[in-house]
Amino acid sequence: MIESWQNQIKAAAAKGEKLTIHGSGSKSFLAPQGQGEVLDTRAHAGIVEYDPKELVIVVRCGTAIADVEKAMAAADQMLAFEPPHFGEHATMGGMVASSLSGPRRPYSGAVRDFVLGCKVIDGKGDHLSFGGKVMKNVAGFDVSRLLTGSLGTLGVITEVSFKCLPLPKAQQTRAFEMDAQSAIVAMNRWYAEANPVTATTWVNGKLYVRLAGAEPAVNSAVARLGGEALSDDVDWWRDWREQSHAFFGGDGPLIRVSCKSTAQWGDLANGADMQAIDWGGAQRWLRTASIALPAIREWARAEGGHASVFRGATSQAERSESLQPALSEVSQKIKASFDPYNVFPSLS
Amino acid sequence: MQSASFFELLAALLPAENLKVAEEDMRPYECDGLSMYRALPKCVALPEDEAQLAAVMKLCHMHRIPVVARGAGTGLSGGAMPSPDALLLSTAKMMRLISVDPLACTAVVQPGFRNLAISEAVSQYGLYYAPDPSSQIACTIGGNVAENSGGVHCLKYGLTVHNIRKLRVVLMTGDIVEIGSDALDSASPGGYDLLALMIGSEGLLGIVTEVTVKLTPKPQLAQVALASFASVEAAGAAVGHIIAEGIIPAGLEMMDKVATEAVEGFVHAGYDLNAEAILLCESDGTPEEVADEMARVAEVLRNAGATDIKVSQNEAERLRYWSGRKNAFPATGRISPDYYCMDGTIPRAQLPRVLNVIAELSTKYNLRCANVFHAGDGNLHPLIMFDGNVPGELERAEEFGAEILELCVEVGGTITGEHGVGVEKINQMCVQFSPKELARMHEIKHAFDEHGLLNPGKAVPTLHRCAEFGKMRIGKGKPMPFADLPRF
Repeated sequence: MIESWQNQIKAAAAKGEKLTIHGSGSKSFLAPQGQGEVLDTRAHAGIVEYDPKELVIVVRCGTAIADVEKAMAAADQMLAFEPPHFGEHATMGGMVASSLSGPRRPYSGAVRDFVLGCKVIDGKGDHLSFGGKVMKNVAGFDVSRLLTGSLGTLGVITEVSFKCLPLPKAQQTRAFEMDAQSAIVAMNRWYAEANPVTATTWVNGKLYVRLAGAEPAVNSAVARLGGEALSDDVDWWRDWREQSHAFFGGDGPLIRVSCKSTAQWGDLANGADMQAIDWGGAQRWLRTASIALPAIREWARAEGGHASVFRGATSQAERSESLQPALSEVSQKIKASFDPYNVFPSLS
Repeated sequence: MQSASFFELLAALLPAENLKVAEEDMRPYECDGLSMYRALPKCVALPEDEAQLAAVMKLCHMHRIPVVARGAGTGLSGGAMPSPDALLLSTAKMMRLISVDPLACTAVVQPGFRNLAISEAVSQYGLYYAPDPSSQIACTIGGNVAENSGGVHCLKYGLTVHNIRKLRVVLMTGDIVEIGSDALDSASPGGYDLLALMIGSEGLLGIVTEVTVKLTPKPQLAQVALASFASVEAAGAAVGHIIAEGIIPAGLEMMDKVATEAVEGFVHAGYDLNAEAILLCESDGTPEEVADEMARVAEVLRNAGATDIKVSQNEAERLRYWSGRKNAFPATGRISPDYYCMDGTIPRAQLPRVLNVIAELSTKYNLRCANVFHAGDGNLHPLIMFDGNVPGELERAEEFGAEILELCVEVGGTITGEHGVGVEKINQMCVQFSPKELARMHEIKHAFDEHGLLNPGKAVPTLHRCAEFGKMRIGKGKPMPFADLPRF
């Protein structure tokens, strides 16, 4: 497969044509419609190596996230960044290329924090390998993490190795009736006070706090924090992660704000029910027209982050934020080194 | 002529005492922690703030003067080794704590702020900075960022790259950029993760002037188990059993007998000198959680054949057990005139094979070797002992080390887990990466530093160098590392 992809890329480069890298298409809303022939990553699938004792799994790009999670669960392990799938057949390659992490992100880390190595076919058709399959590796630049989140602009990620973590032995979610500002303070404080928090979300006037880890640690945190037990908590967090929760319903655009976790509540979407607070305060979801984006961006910048239209974007400018000129220049040069013939989508 | 005017312009940018050009003033900067490689820089600049630093960079860029950055100089791979034609830029005068946000669990510091000083400054809020390289008393956060430093708690709490939110960086052109954010996203939508690229870039891409670190809530309790084993294989297998049990210890370290003997003569940590290997396994969290995990750890260790298990009963005892591990390097320095510390990482299952080969190599080169090992994450630190005053011993130690690193690559690992490539492991980069992969790294450097002025000759070898290295190996059947480096 690798060789055939290398040939396909070389041919496109020679003819000055474009290619679109495509998995199951579960996250295609994140980028503009691709151009040219499709390179379907699902043709290169399967777990290459998995020894739970090493805490490392190596997978091919076209492997379904669901298959990987199933194999890991059988060994009582997990992808600790809790990736959203956004589709039954979502692939590991797409997960890395889009770099989306789920509810555990503030407490365990992001996709890139668990990537140990990547193989990639660049726009010249060269198959390169960076990083590796060991926990600590500082040989050369950290190109595997550079590829994480590159959205298919640098090449086809063919194989990735990840650090695995054990599944927590115990888990409970507590719900609290609370206004938004109190929830922001509670999310930050309860984590800072060394509680075993693994997810925090405020939506529709309620704060949901997931506690997980060793059983005695979860029990003592429950006793300390109080709240009501959420009975179907595994389903609740899956719905939340997959954006199938009612908050995400309807057709209007969904704006994502990334900000300092302690940023004070701002009524950015005309009403508290139009905003959800996630990731311990560091991620805010807004249901509002994209015409409000400039003002939201200004707020996000002041709060140390950025904002973009996550679903329902009508232009690339809504999806991405402009970079400082010096960094933009660096990024364009990196893009040109991986993809000198512009076979892959351009960097926005 | 150009050189003279460069110095005049440079002198106008810095207070007189922050520019050193006299040989005796520059002597303290001639090497970092890898002291066998020494050179005097062209001059030493110690800017006091970002504006001065950026002005120095801009001037160097204009005059095409290379720049080597230096933190506390504790690095072990020669990453901060000066070059006679390069300005040495020390961040030692930029050592302020700028702010702490206890609720958001972040702190902003200047690059010359010491690693341990961060934890000390935020201790009052029940927080600490997790990465703890052995040199944490002295090493600076700027150096940690450059090297992506680790420590003994990485398996659970990550490396530097997992604990940094944002950097302010001065590029070679003097441009000042912010990378990362105060939020959790390391890249902005539509941008690349340049934060990950910058961390561990060994001073080749830019100079950090401000670092936003993530702070971790201090666990209520930590306890460490000290277990003895009759063989290194048994100790290595026990590590796998602990992980298989679903436990991620806060720290999991192994030392062989050569190392424990060296240490006991130095700090009296209470290690079992009859054991061929010892394991240190730390658990942290709430008292209930620690009690639960320690009980499980002790059971696993017993079943894995531990001949003795001691669990720290108080903080003083815990620190005493750790003191041995943390002093392994200086303790080795006490029993040998010189030592050479290696830093390969391997898949843990390969440990018995690698340790056996190291023992064989020790005989082959007739040099003693102590093994200390971040066992949880597979990061080996063989300490090769030699006497630099005995002709040929340094060369033998280097060849011994090179063989260990190449073995690490062969078994699926890497030549450096946390110390960096620097000048030390530059030839072994040719073993780990293909010419095309190395060329890509050069292109990435070029994207940041068009004229190749930042720390030239370090971390990523030129393809020409690799070709020469390859020829040398074919010619002699074994490598002769650093053949073109000056010897002192």
